[in-house]
This record gives sequence, C-alpha cells and structure tokens, in this order.
Amino acid sequence: MNNPISLAFKNAKKNNRPALLTYTVAGDNTKKKSLEILKSISKNVDICEIGFPHNTPIADGGQIQTSAYRAIKNGIKISDVFQIAKNFKKTKNSKPVILMGYYNMIYQYGENNFLKKCKSSGVNGLIVVDLPWPENKKFAKKCKTNSISFVQLLSPTTSKERLKKIIKDSHEMIYYISMLSTTGGQLKVSPKKILSNYNQIKKIDPKKNCVIGFGITEKTIAKLKSADGLVVGSAICKEITRSLNNRQNPVTNVSKVVAKLRNKIS
Amino acid sequence: MKLKKKIPLIDQHDKLGFWGGKFGGSYIPETLKKPVDDLTKEFKKLRKNKKFLKKRDLYFKNYIGSPTRFIKLENLSKHIGGAQIWAKVVSDANGGAHKIYNATVHALICKSMGKKYIVGDTGAGYAGKMLSMAAKKFGLKCKIFMGAKDIKRQKPNCDAMRKNGAEIVPVTTGSQTLVDAVSECMRYWVSNCDTTHMCVGSTVGPNIFVKICGWSTAQISRELKKQIKEQFKKIPKKIKLINCVGGGSSAYGFWSEFIDYPKSQIELIGVEAGGPKKSKLHAAPLSRGAKLGVLHGAASYVCQNNEGQINETESISAGLDYPGVSPIHCFLKDTKRARYTYATDEDALNAYKLVTKFEKLNPSLEPSHAFAEAIKIAPKFNKDTIIIVNSCGDAKKDRDILRKRLGRKI
Repeated sequence: MNNPISLAFKNAKKNNRPALLTYTVAGDNTKKKSLEILKSISKNVDICEIGFPHNTPIADGGQIQTSAYRAIKNGIKISDVFQIAKNFKKTKNSKPVILMGYYNMIYQYGENNFLKKCKSSGVNGLIVVDLPWPENKKFAKKCKTNSISFVQLLSPTTSKERLKKIIKDSHEMIYYISMLSTTGGQLKVSPKKILSNYNQIKKIDPKKNCVIGFGITEKTIAKLKSADGLVVGSAICKEITRSLNNRQNPVTNVSKVVAKLRNKIS
Repeated sequence: MKLKKKIPLIDQHDKLGFWGGKFGGSYIPETLKKPVDDLTKEFKKLRKNKKFLKKRDLYFKNYIGSPTRFIKLENLSKHIGGAQIWAKVVSDANGGAHKIYNATVHALICKSMGKKYIVGDTGAGYAGKMLSMAAKKFGLKCKIFMGAKDIKRQKPNCDAMRKNGAEIVPVTTGSQTLVDAVSECMRYWVSNCDTTHMCVGSTVGPNIFVKICGWSTAQISRELKKQIKEQFKKIPKKIKLINCVGGGSSAYGFWSEFIDYPKSQIELIGVEAGGPKKSKLHAAPLSRGAKLGVLHGAASYVCQNNEGQINETESISAGLDYPGVSPIHCFLKDTKRARYTYATDEDALNAYKLVTKFEKLNPSLEPSHAFAEAIKIAPKFNKDTIIIVNSCGDAKKDRDILRKRLGRKI
C-alpha cells in the first residue's frame, strides 16, 4: 500500500473527501510557468496529471487543444516534459505525477526508454488516451514491471463484460469518463446518472480507486464528491487562456481556481 | 511479412487488426471501442448478406453508374511512344470520383444500423461531396468536416455539398487541411457516437474503416479485370497499374483483384504527392522514407518529427495532402508487391497539360500525379506493355488552381 497514488487516495479518504486531480499541459504557456503552476497548486491537489502535448489529439476538446498547441509552439519537447515532472517532484510539497498523452509519442521515444525516463523523473503513472484495452495489455504490464501505474480508462459505452475484464487488468487507479465527449465538453449527463455508472464500476471491485473526469468544473464538482477522485483539466486550461488574454498571471489565477475546487469538495 | 493468396488484402490482418503484424490496428479512445465493435459486427454480417449485396450492386449500377469506361489513350500513347497508355475513367462515376463507392456503402450501413446522422471528413472535397450525395439519396442528415484551407481551394465541391443539404464544418486548427479535418471528425464522433455514424473518407483510420473503404472501392478492379479480358481476350503478360496514393482508397480499389498476380506480370505503382519542387514539405510517407507511427487510430508510415508530432504536408492536390497513408499500402510496400514513388506539383501540372492536350479526358490533380509517372516510364517499354492509369477524379473541382497555375479556363 505504499504506492504514492494509492496513498494519495487514502489520505483524501481519511479527510472524508474525494482526491482532487488536476490536468495541466506541460509547457503551457512556457516551461517555467507550467512548473510554477504545478508548484502553486500542489498544496490543494492530491495527484497532478501532466499532459505531454500532441498536435493531432483525437480525444481532446478545444481548451486542451489550445493549451497543447501553445506549448508546442513554444518549443516543448518530451525531454522538457520529463524535466518539468522531475523538477516538480523535487519540491517539498510535490504530489504524485501521472503523465497523460497519445501513444505515438511513447512509440517514437521507444516504450522502454519512455518508461525508464518516467522512472528516473519520478513519474508515478501513465494515461495513454488512444491505447485501449486489450491493445494496452503488453504495455500496461511493462509499466507495472517498472512500478509505473497504467491507468485504464472506462466510458459510458464500455459494456459490463468489458468493464470486468478491464478492471481485472487495472492497477492502482481507474478513470471513468463521465460522458460521450472529448475533454472539456459541457456536462450533458446528470451527476446522478454519472454516479450510478460509477457505482456499477465500484461494485465490480470496491478496492480500486476510481476517478471521474471530463466536463467537471467549479459548478459541477460538488455534486460528484462521493467519488474516490475527481479530475479537472479543461477548466484549468481555460483559466490559463483567459489569464493570458487578459495579461494576467496564470499562476495566481489557476492557483485560485484550484483552491476553490478543493473548497467545494472538502 | 508475407501476402496470402486468395484472401482479400483487407482481410489479411491479425486479431488486433494489424496487417503484417504492425500496420493498422485500432488506436482509439475507450469511448469509441463500442461503436467500432458494433460497426465491425454489422459489416461482417452485411457483407455476407445476399440481400445487402444485391442492394449494393443495384446502387453501384443504377446510381453510381458502373462500369466506368476503360479506354486507350491513343493520341497520348502515340505522342509519348513506347508502352500503350490506357485509362480506367473512374471519374465517370456519379459525382466525378471514386469516393462515391465508399460513401454509398457507408450510407447503406448507416441505414442498416438505424442511425439517422452521418459525418465524414474530406480533403479535396470529393469524399464530402459524395457523402452528402449519398446522405441525400438515403435521407440521412450529414455533416462534413473540412480544413479551412481546403474549403478555399476546392470551392466547387463545397458548393455541391451545401446544395446537397450537408453542413460543412470548417476546421481551423493545425494546418487546416485533411489531417485536421479527420481529427475533428473523430472528436465529433467521440461525442456523438450513440446517434451518429462516421464515414472515414479513405482506407485509413481504425481497422474497420480501412476494410469498409477497401471493400467498397474494390468495385473498380472487379470491373477492370472484366474489361481487360474483354479487350485483350486474356490478361496480357505485361501490365502496369498506376494510381495516385493519398490515403490510398482508389489505389487499393484499382489493385485489389490483381494483387495475387505475379509482380512480373502485373506491376502495381503508387504515386504520392511530392509537393512543390522547391519545398521540403511533401505528402509522400511511403516513397520518401517516413517512419512508422500512429495517426488517426492506425499505425502506418507517417510524416512526423523525431518526437512523434505530425508534420505539416504540402501538395497542390488537396486529396493527397495527408501525412499518413493506408496501413494496407504500408503492407504492400514492405512485402514489395507494390512500388511507390512520388510526383511533384510541377510534374502533376505538366502531366495534366499533356493529357488534356491529347485526350478528351480531364483528370483532377490527384490522378495527374499518376499520369506523370505513366508519361515518365512509358518510353522505356514497347507496345507490348500496357500501362493503365486510374483516372479517379475529375478536374472540375480544381478549376481555380488550374486557372491560377496554368492561366487557363477549364
């Protein structure tokens, strides 16, 4: 039970609240700023998801696309992503880090190299958006061997039979996609319905930490707080965009948003 | 890596959908797993269903207008000298390009699955135009995703789409061409897959879309095989089948019946878009040594950088302006069954000039790439060699580009 991801969930549970997971794109809007954002939100966050930006993202909505393009335009490389993760992990208040992105970047880097680099940078988990089960079986196993949690995704379209198989092969954390949508869509399903699907998943294996993501904002987060964990991504990327457009400091603004999110579920 | 005989190439993949163990597959978000599985099951059922096949054949004949002509380009052959140059005039098909086969089949599948909405991507606008036609024919609501740059340069096809009642969604991200249109279309499908059917416009994307598209365009070579036998009494000893390759749907359709023949008898030549002569950018992943990568749900050779970011491409031909290519063409390349080369923008324009000067044929910029290769190699052979070019699209859509580049009205 000393896996940092499991520990993060345990801590949150002790305080009777869901774990708060944030998603930010590495290098958005600069390498320095994205590290500063991570540092400043860390105290209110339980797990940090860091996106490695890709220029052909088939499952991301407008907000995260904007962040990703911004980071790529600023010249972010995979080595920078690892550097940001590493520097963040060195800080006193750091939290477990899960990298999230598309398979082609891992493929080009080489699976083994990528995992080696994850390990040496202190990365704790991986989400690969376009590598579903069972295609991800081999890679997930490799992750496990390297003590990296591979996070399996589940969606409202996942059949019950499939749910069981995926959960059986899952590691410390699973991720339930709240609705049929790319990231950052408006929540088009009622929180009640989302939680009922979530409970189905928990019934299959109550011990697995299951987070809910997609479409979660300041407005909706409180209604879902019975989950093990909640992920907020696009709302944060949106705040960065807004701050930049208004020539404000994204670090302080994002920090405020995250503090509010945390407040709503505490 | 080996090709099997007597099994259609589209079916020569493993359990996870890979051809040759590494090309293709289904790299899709979890949300799309079920719709893709449903579609896979439906297609498996339908392609064995006699009633469905009858329906397909009926629409191919009466709606699309099969067979399209197979003609000798006498004047061009005489002018160039060497091999005989023939054309399979697939642009005769309703709508003016081969994209109508895939669009019609997808509309039939969509109907059979009880979905009322259909969405698709388009580059040159042909896939979009044909999908909008088929949607109108079968009473489906249609949305077409198209790069903003392509909307500008292929206006005639956009006009046609709108006339057919389709909504064109301009895509303004990235390079604003086909690659971004496909991404946006997939994103839309992720959000609406419960009510909406997606048609991928070429033999690219997750495994099932490669199969459906290839199954549809295969009509071209079924016709051609018959026509060759009628024309020459038997299959001649030396044939070269030349086709342009963007995603690769027309090339697969043109070749599928001939893949089992020995290479020495029937050579398959794919011509990619080399881009402007002076530019470093191109859309020729097969012939210019791109690395294997994952794009739009499939593994194939992809124009990309070392980090796995997809490169911008450049070509005068919007239909070939795509950084990836069909996994089945990667398979044909690595098994050495087909040979791939490229033609530059200038080569294609010159070929267009020559073909239209000597023949009553008006090939679009895509097949003009194939004609460029035919013109280049014909003099190396004698008249026993039969070169057949798939003239898979009509140049009406290119009128603005041709006017600008050649100063001529078409």
